Amino acid sequence: MSFYAEPAFFILLVPIVVIAMILGMREKPLGRYGLAVSVIMVLLLFSRTPASLAFFVCYLIYSIALERFVLGLFRNENPRRIALYRCALALQIAPLAVYKVGVLFEPDFLGFIGISYITFKAVQVLIETRDGLIKSMGVLEYLYFLAFFPTITSGPILRSRKFVEDMNATRTRDEYLELLYRGAGWFMLGALYKFIGAAIGQWAMWFLPSVIGTATIGSAVMANIVYALAYTVYLFFDFAGYSHMAVGLGFALGIEVPRNFKAPFLATDIKDFWNRWHITLSIWLRDFVFMRFSSAALQRKWFSSSVTTACIGFIINMTLMGLWHGLTVDYLVYGIYHGLLLASCELMQHKWGFYKKHKRDRWFKVCSWAITMIAVIFGLALFSGQVFHNPLG
Amino acid sequence: MTTANIEERVIELLVDITGEEEIGDYREDDLFEEDVLDSLGAIELLVRIKEEFGVSIAPTELEREEMNSVNKIIDQVQQRL
Repeated sequence: MSFYAEPAFFILLVPIVVIAMILGMREKPLGRYGLAVSVIMVLLLFSRTPASLAFFVCYLIYSIALERFVLGLFRNENPRRIALYRCALALQIAPLAVYKVGVLFEPDFLGFIGISYITFKAVQVLIETRDGLIKSMGVLEYLYFLAFFPTITSGPILRSRKFVEDMNATRTRDEYLELLYRGAGWFMLGALYKFIGAAIGQWAMWFLPSVIGTATIGSAVMANIVYALAYTVYLFFDFAGYSHMAVGLGFALGIEVPRNFKAPFLATDIKDFWNRWHITLSIWLRDFVFMRFSSAALQRKWFSSSVTTACIGFIINMTLMGLWHGLTVDYLVYGIYHGLLLASCELMQHKWGFYKKHKRDRWFKVCSWAITMIAVIFGLALFSGQVFHNPLG
Repeated sequence: MTTANIEERVIELLVDITGEEEIGDYREDDLFEEDVLDSLGAIELLVRIKEEFGVSIAPTELEREEMNSVNKIIDQVQQRL
């Protein structure tokens, strides 16, 4: 069964949410119920792919074992804990890395849906265990965190400490109802985005360029611009729509799933854009790649200035973001492109006197917004493969 | 180390990182909202706090709302000393 697409999925949500409502209104914690429902939903998700199910189950056991190992290292102050922790971290990333390389050679290489997203969650747990922020993690808590069905396929990326707090929370009836009410709003907005907004975008992607035609250079350029615009509309409504539904469903189960999109097309610079687009991905990368790299670079004085550190950090961060989508030239270029955009933005904000003087002027903001939007839409044309594999022929 | 002493040293650190000489006069302002701190500024702050006070704060230990003003940063350092 595919989530958020088949009617069967939505029909199943009705009893799932009704039972959650009954429990929530009786002021019961929803953790155990959510775990039970997630197990059933995961079985349905993989019902047509038993090999993926087996891999997924092995992955869960493997991740739980790694987490227990790392917890033990730091609890017992093992003298070789840092080196062993690094090995555990490499082992946690290995299945995703092997899978991403594998699919390059064999499109049916064994994996499971959501392997990219689950890796983020597991890696966060290991890093925060090393940082001393996670001192204990029950097997069932970790299992539920990894297998939480509303976000299992494509995020938003959850953080374990907040998740465990939510799953064990006892809310009053009013608190639960308020959460449910907000969740219902998110879910309905998401459904509108996905089934109306994205559908219109997808229709426009194919219909409008075919009307314009590609007979002359002028019309071909126009058709490509229209296609890129329509793709942007489609991708936003499709992904934000899915994410909003996941947020809403999570709320009904008592988990405050973080928001993934916040009016990205109002962004006035590229940093602002990444604070509004696929937010949980960019914040994850900021916290666990950019900040770690910058911290090491600043402590060891690798670069002469902090602006250089930030620029290199952005390029590494975004290149990794690109490659995480897949090991292809399109994604690599997409990642480097955004790294360079962020680095340019950093340079502009710190080194350009004109920017400092005019950044609050209305005209400057409008120009900055327009340039940001063009850069974003071109970036998405790289992402979609439009630039390198001309879909319009 | 006295409270006044810690305050003074944290403010000195912040002036150094952000280049805003008057930062000590706006102790309740949201430094991220005002574009005074960004991701790199935040990490620089954590690195410098560790060097200056020997206090180690992991990058994801605090939410932004817990360290987004001069007073909150001073508080976080004081709690850990």
